[in-house]
Amino acid sequence: MAITVYVPRDTTALALGADRVATRLQRGARARDVEINIVRNGSRGLFYLEPLIEVDTPDGRVAFGPVTPGDVEALLDAGLLEGRQDHPLALGLTEDIPYLKRQQRLTFSRIGITDPLSLEDYTALRGFEGLKKTLALDSQAVVDEVKTSGLRGRGGAAFPTGIKWQTVHDQAPGQKYVVCNADEGDSGTFADRLVMECDPYMLIEGMTIAGLAVGADQGYIYLRSEYPLAHAILDEAIERAVNAGYLGDNIQGSGRAFHLEVRLGAGAYICGEETSLLESLEGKRGLVRAKPPLPAIEGLFGRPTVVNNVLSLAAVPFIMDQGGQTYADYGLGRSRGTLAIQLAGNVKRGGLVELAFGTSLIELMEGFGGGTLSGRPLKAVQVGGPLGAYLPESQWDNPVDYEGFAAFGGVVGHGGVVMFDDTVDMGDQARFAMEFCSVESCGKCTPCRIGAVRGVEVIDRIRAGESFDKNLALLTDLCDTMVDGSLCAMGGMTPFPVQSVMQHFPDDLTPRQAVTAGGTTC
Amino acid sequence: MSQIPSPVADAWTPAQIQAVIDAHRERPGAMLPTLHAIQDRFGFIPDEAVPMIAETLRHTRAEVHGIISFYHHFRTHPAGRSVIQICRAEACQSVGSRQLEAHAKASLGVDYHQTTPDHEFTLEPVYCLGNCACGPSIRVNDDVYGRMTPEQFDELTDELSATVVEVK
Repeated sequence: MAITVYVPRDTTALALGADRVATRLQRGARARDVEINIVRNGSRGLFYLEPLIEVDTPDGRVAFGPVTPGDVEALLDAGLLEGRQDHPLALGLTEDIPYLKRQQRLTFSRIGITDPLSLEDYTALRGFEGLKKTLALDSQAVVDEVKTSGLRGRGGAAFPTGIKWQTVHDQAPGQKYVVCNADEGDSGTFADRLVMECDPYMLIEGMTIAGLAVGADQGYIYLRSEYPLAHAILDEAIERAVNAGYLGDNIQGSGRAFHLEVRLGAGAYICGEETSLLESLEGKRGLVRAKPPLPAIEGLFGRPTVVNNVLSLAAVPFIMDQGGQTYADYGLGRSRGTLAIQLAGNVKRGGLVELAFGTSLIELMEGFGGGTLSGRPLKAVQVGGPLGAYLPESQWDNPVDYEGFAAFGGVVGHGGVVMFDDTVDMGDQARFAMEFCSVESCGKCTPCRIGAVRGVEVIDRIRAGESFDKNLALLTDLCDTMVDGSLCAMGGMTPFPVQSVMQHFPDDLTPRQAVTAGGTTC
Repeated sequence: MSQIPSPVADAWTPAQIQAVIDAHRERPGAMLPTLHAIQDRFGFIPDEAVPMIAETLRHTRAEVHGIISFYHHFRTHPAGRSVIQICRAEACQSVGSRQLEAHAKASLGVDYHQTTPDHEFTLEPVYCLGNCACGPSIRVNDDVYGRMTPEQFDELTDELSATVVEVK
């Protein structure tokens, strides 16, 4: 009988040579006259071990990693196909790897286990169970279940998902939409990508449930163009779901309809802001809209629209299957359920860590992450993407939850944790925050459009030692203006990383640190 | 420098462009799918396409131009055979992307948004490829590469140039 070997096919595994590993495995097995069946599964999210290959054994799946193409022959010689654990890259049973075992995977329970496009794999692990229960309920009961879960928007704003759904549900019948925000632009985040590349039916199921709950028969996934692999996988998954009757005019014989389509963005960070995203979907420049009206009342093409992040929608199948209360039993305070934390940047063991809210940042960075990749002391960590503050050591003991972080000016955002060692020049980072805003501002409001450009200039003057005190005061004033006067979070939060550098790392802004000031132009 | 015509840009005719526009015109919010389709097919969005898109989708030329120029992804000139995007975002910065981008610019002899004179490479910045635990990351056409060092970058660009020569 053929031996089953798993070689992941997500972007990170491929970026580290997974395709070549698969080819070498196939060739090596053939040379040894052993029949193998290579399954291209999703990633487990343990990126420090990618490419992580697994072999089916009577005891379960055993793992080896990180495997380079050059390791394959030696691994085969060491009995990889029999599941022998003699090679230094052997990791034992996959499920027993502490990094994975210590997690609470509710949303990411299937990733890396299944072939992402296999409907059989998906349904074998409770896939579409939430949808089946939804089809048996009236729409208000579905909205109530999501309210019970306490789920809040995982894109960053943390608005209660059930309340958003209620608003759309309560609008008069007519054309309504469900829009998935898959414009995952924050540096340090890849959880949306993992959902779409490794468990796409979960997102399809979540969106279908949302459509049934609010009375929308059309959904759009607004996907960033930087994710070509997710695009291909989603398109294929949607086609298969339609053919299997999970999408379309008559979902599972219920007579109810939901249609889904992927729409590609075009390289604009601002289109992750929900109103800008809607403008872009309508075919316009991605200019931010003033609110009100809320998208839930006047959204896409002027119609009531649910706009949810990938992770919010991906949490819904579990909630409908296991019950909102089961989800709400995890968490801390008003942050219920689990958070997908993404350990990134200068980290020894980077990857996805799904845990209930409430774990401390230091436990994540040291306990899971193992400290910096370089082995040098950790200096700063940016949580919540490019608009999040840089946190100094004094703030690393804080548990990760929305209210707790907000209390000291931190941002949980989409759960990205980007670590920096002591070689980082925080002046460079402050300058980059402004520079990024100048590149990505939609240009609609003045504080953001002009403020970002002036911000770069003022920081350059400060670092060059030009009227240091006056320019520092000017930068303080500029940051306040942007925070208070911008139309959306882009201009309103760009100052957060800058202010955090001024407050916690002032030495890096002094002229003597400015030898290499200037960064790079773009 | 001699002007070699870009080998990547497929020849286009107004009829071909119109056919692409017509294939998408009935979709709600047809503009972005249309622009993507034109760029995917011809490698860029020719200036001559603008009035055709405007006419068919009932926009002004100024609006169409405004939309194309708003989005970083769309290009109005042919790119090199390989488009290399270097991630400039924070996670990659923390593991040396600033050095990598300086090296790439020096090694290819171009700045961002420029194409090498032999039309092999166009260099572009990108803000996150979602490979943030294994940076620095670059994307070459649709392939992402992680843990990229300056040495590996040179090997990769050598390989890409060599492949093209062999094909010829």
